Amino acid sequence: MKIDVVVNGKKREFLIEPSEYLLDVLRRYDYSSVRRGCDNISCGVCTVLLDGKPIPSCSMLAVRCVGHEVTTVEGIEKEAEKIAHYFGELGADQCGYCNPSMALTVYALKKENREANDEEIKKYLVGNLCRCTGYVAQHEAIKKYLGDES
Amino acid sequence: MDIKEYIAPEKKEEAVALMKESLNNKFIAGGAWSKISIKKVDKLIGLENLGLCYINSHKNNLEIGAMTTLREIEINEDIKKIASGILSEACSQIMGISVRNIATIGGSIMGRYAFSDLLGCLLVLEAKLNFYSLGEIDINDFMAMKKVPDDLLISVVIPKKEKKGYFHKVSKTHLDFATLNITVAKDSKVMVAIGSRPGIAKLALNTCEYLNTVNSFNEIDFGNVEKLIEDEITLGSNMRGSKEYRSLLMITYLKRALREVM
Ligand SMILES: Cc1cc2nc3c(=O)[nH]c(=O)nc-3n(C[C@H](O)[C@H](O)[C@H](O)COP(=O)(O)OP(=O)(O)OC[C@H]3O[C@@H](n4cnc5c(N)ncnc54)[C@H](O)[C@@H]3O)c2cc1C
Ligand code: FES
Ligand code: FES
Repeated sequence: MKIDVVVNGKKREFLIEPSEYLLDVLRRYDYSSVRRGCDNISCGVCTVLLDGKPIPSCSMLAVRCVGHEVTTVEGIEKEAEKIAHYFGELGADQCGYCNPSMALTVYALKKENREANDEEIKKYLVGNLCRCTGYVAQHEAIKKYLGDES
Repeated sequence: MDIKEYIAPEKKEEAVALMKESLNNKFIAGGAWSKISIKKVDKLIGLENLGLCYINSHKNNLEIGAMTTLREIEINEDIKKIASGILSEACSQIMGISVRNIATIGGSIMGRYAFSDLLGCLLVLEAKLNFYSLGEIDINDFMAMKKVPDDLLISVVIPKKEKKGYFHKVSKTHLDFATLNITVAKDSKVMVAIGSRPGIAKLALNTCEYLNTVNSFNEIDFGNVEKLIEDEITLGSNMRGSKEYRSLLMITYLKRALREVM
């Protein structure tokens, strides 16, 4: 079946099976920044924004996204660059596998609550697992990004 | 999940009729648990176009549409005001934000999960469930049903009562199921529910009956409370904790809860 979805502001037509998840369809259509981790709704690495809200794309059937707007990290390029800058500056990057999902979630947090305190940042990011960094440097980088008014 | 056809009707009667066509047809709400639990389905009936995503504040109650997400419940100011915000708090402790942006209250109720953090809250809040065919059912009666009804859940109604509330989830990590959860609410009477025992949430009715005879925390005979609750709440062992460990958790957190609400 064919479905129309807006991805990163552009209307796209995807050919899909009703059983396919958004993660699989996005990757098949070369949105390779969207990563697969657990494939079991537990790690957060497949996060994309659906109408501006973080969701796990491994558990969202693609057919349910008709008429909605999907954002991958390519769709928030400028903000992603800023986030990457702070992550780099604070050494919060290692393998980088979790970065796109982390950037999208941090971006959503800033839109919702740019004044978030330490506890609120931790609570918002708790579902985004990173197997390399130990989170401390990431946390500091996120605080800097939230405070960035540029 | 192997799905033959996906349909998202715009009318409730259509959704119910589709469901009745075959035992192999299923409703899907947020789809978070269905992803893990449903292997094969003929018609998957999406509930997103039925207008069931709302939180309406009326004079005497709050009505939450079945498709309302856990995140929407967590941040809603009216829900935060009910019984010290136990329902918001319980939602906020379930997985990460992205899961809570899709998982719904309807799916949480109809799944009747033993690990549920929400069912205990709904029990002590004396919630009523509105079904398409069955009409209004008390949450406690729903929990006692042998089988989850093959009906469409429309909404959850929570009476606006002046209650003090307490919710505590003991879990190994934020992303794990509870080893045990305890929910207490008090207005003129005390209600206590224990969940993830590892069995499903249950009201401790005899314990509450005793607690309702005392006037203050200092008057409570904790020896009696321990005996009553151990008698009526069956605990068990699994990979998250032994029966003995759960018993210690139950008693410890019940004391803390009562200190807070009495
Ligand atoms: C990885 C993971 C961890 C979790 N951890 C916890 C936890 O620690 N604590 C906790 O309390 N919960 C937890 N949950 C459960 C979660 O909170 C939801 O309860 C669960 O995802 C079901 O909600 P859903 O909207 O995804 O329902 P779905 O998966 O869409 O549906 C679940 C079931 O309910 C039926 N259904 C849904 N809505 C209706 C309706 N309106 N009428 C009739 N039938 C309906 C469906 O047919 C299906 O059988 C977890 C879920 C996941 C995936
Ligand atoms: S791949 Fe792990 S949550 Fe989706
Ligand atoms: S940097 Fe490797 S998983 Fe996060």
